[in-house]
Amino acid sequence: MSALLDARDLTKSFGGVVANRAVSIAVPQGAIVGLIGPNGSGKTTLFSSVVGAHEVDGGSISFDGHDITKLRVDAIARLGLIRTYQQTRVFRGMDCMRNMLVSAPPVRDNFGAMFRRFPEALEARAKTLLDFAGLYTKRHLRAGTLSFGQQKLLEFAMALMREPKLLLLDEPTAGINPTLINQMVDRLRRANSELGVTLLVIEHNMRVMMSLAGYVYCLAHGELLAQGTPDEVRNDRRVIEAYLGMH
Amino acid sequence: MLAAAIALVAPLLFPQWVTQLAFLWLMVLFALTWDLLGGQMGYNSFGNVLFFGLGCYATAVVQRDSDLPYFASLAAGMGLSAIVALAAAALLGPLILGMRGQYFAIATLGVAVAAADLFAGWEFVGAGSGIVPEAYPGSIDERTRFFYYLLLALAAATFFTLRWLYSTRFGAVLNAIRDDEDKAEAMGVRTTRHKVFAWMIAALYLGLAGGPVAGLIGFVDPRELAFAGTTFGVWMVLMAMLGGKGTLWGPVIGAVVFHVTQELFWTWLLGWQRVALGLLIVLIVVFFPQGIMGWLREHRPQWFGETVDEQRAAEMPADTASAGDRHERAA
Repeated sequence: MSALLDARDLTKSFGGVVANRAVSIAVPQGAIVGLIGPNGSGKTTLFSSVVGAHEVDGGSISFDGHDITKLRVDAIARLGLIRTYQQTRVFRGMDCMRNMLVSAPPVRDNFGAMFRRFPEALEARAKTLLDFAGLYTKRHLRAGTLSFGQQKLLEFAMALMREPKLLLLDEPTAGINPTLINQMVDRLRRANSELGVTLLVIEHNMRVMMSLAGYVYCLAHGELLAQGTPDEVRNDRRVIEAYLGMH
Repeated sequence: MLAAAIALVAPLLFPQWVTQLAFLWLMVLFALTWDLLGGQMGYNSFGNVLFFGLGCYATAVVQRDSDLPYFASLAAGMGLSAIVALAAAALLGPLILGMRGQYFAIATLGVAVAAADLFAGWEFVGAGSGIVPEAYPGSIDERTRFFYYLLLALAAATFFTLRWLYSTRFGAVLNAIRDDEDKAEAMGVRTTRHKVFAWMIAALYLGLAGGPVAGLIGFVDPRELAFAGTTFGVWMVLMAMLGGKGTLWGPVIGAVVFHVTQELFWTWLLGWQRVALGLLIVLIVVFFPQGIMGWLREHRPQWFGETVDEQRAAEMPADTASAGDRHERAA
């Protein structure tokens, strides 16, 4: 059986800098896959290529049986591939509930559905997911007034609201305190097991990666350096060297 | 309710001010339609006056060239205005709405300036000397009253259309585009479709308003009335800002305050009215950019329902997230 996401030989350069050189990764249905690598190793570029934020210079991407190599961001998102941002992006001027409601897919993808009110069932689902993210009591506050950690949780809940098949998370635990990190990891795991969302996670925190991912890819200098179970990758000599800077 | 009753009987109460009051409703319509893009969607247009101008001319031309009785030709003219304005927004939208921020603002400004020059040089519509729509069959007072109610109806229709629109998914998508358009696309939203539709809705009401205003004044000048970018075009922005961008009532309040202020300047500061108006613009932009409703929302968020659900918070003292929040604040 082919993987849910299958990216082959992705190459992307910006000017003279090659950010990704012939990188291939596969994410099987239902898995939690990790992506690690030192700063500037091309992890976020790989994410952007996969979701269609920029064109790739070479290679192909297939998702859920579709060739998405040439598709635009919004078309890829509608197929069920959603990403979150490293810097965290939410709709800051809207309250949490509206952030959630607008993230849900429309009833149908036609003109009539554009002008419908949000059904009550959707509001109920938004509340359930906000509760899941621990933001239920803050549902009427504007997203821009929440703390950074809470915005990260909101962005995660919004992504779930879209009912993705695959969720790409760019450093979901960066910049938040240790207590919240554990909650975040717990919620990621539950999204995977209870809601059936496949996850591809960029993460610097190896402890998080060890407890979360079943399979890990490691990038360095834009190339795939190692892959395997978290234990294998952590003990790989080349990975240690890349992280400690011993070239 | 009270406001609606006052609006309906105003021409009887203040017969000497009916023209000014008719213009008040035009200003409300201007501010509301501008805010649909500028406030709700975050696209600051300086060219919305284009659709109004097209409406003025379309109606005047139909009235001049058709043999229909007055009210039939007015209705036909307004129908054509609506079609022309919608078509203009549908054609220009996909081109111009692809630009963001100041680029969009400059592009719309260019379109409005170009339209004014185009019509000022086009013999068919009277070129620089403008065009005179068919004369109203009745006294001046009757004419003024008729157009007062027509403009009131159009402003009310705009208000209720937008109120409905903001309660739908469409309204939420506009706000999402304003807050972070890239994020909206990453969530699968068809942004271009929503943006063009929003502009078409604004264009529809602006186009419809053109005919009645031409009839009320009895003369269409390309630069002073139809494509009056430095007056109407700027006032639209200002009224929405003054009242509070991105709210339903903000533009209405802003239009009323602005229009009354402007009339007072005209009465008490004759000769200096433009200077006073310019000063007012600077003062608003510098000291009051968030507007009346924006200021209220900032200082009285609970009036807008922006509160923490205390009851629920008390019910769930062991809520893991709020424990995390406390930790975060302590840290």
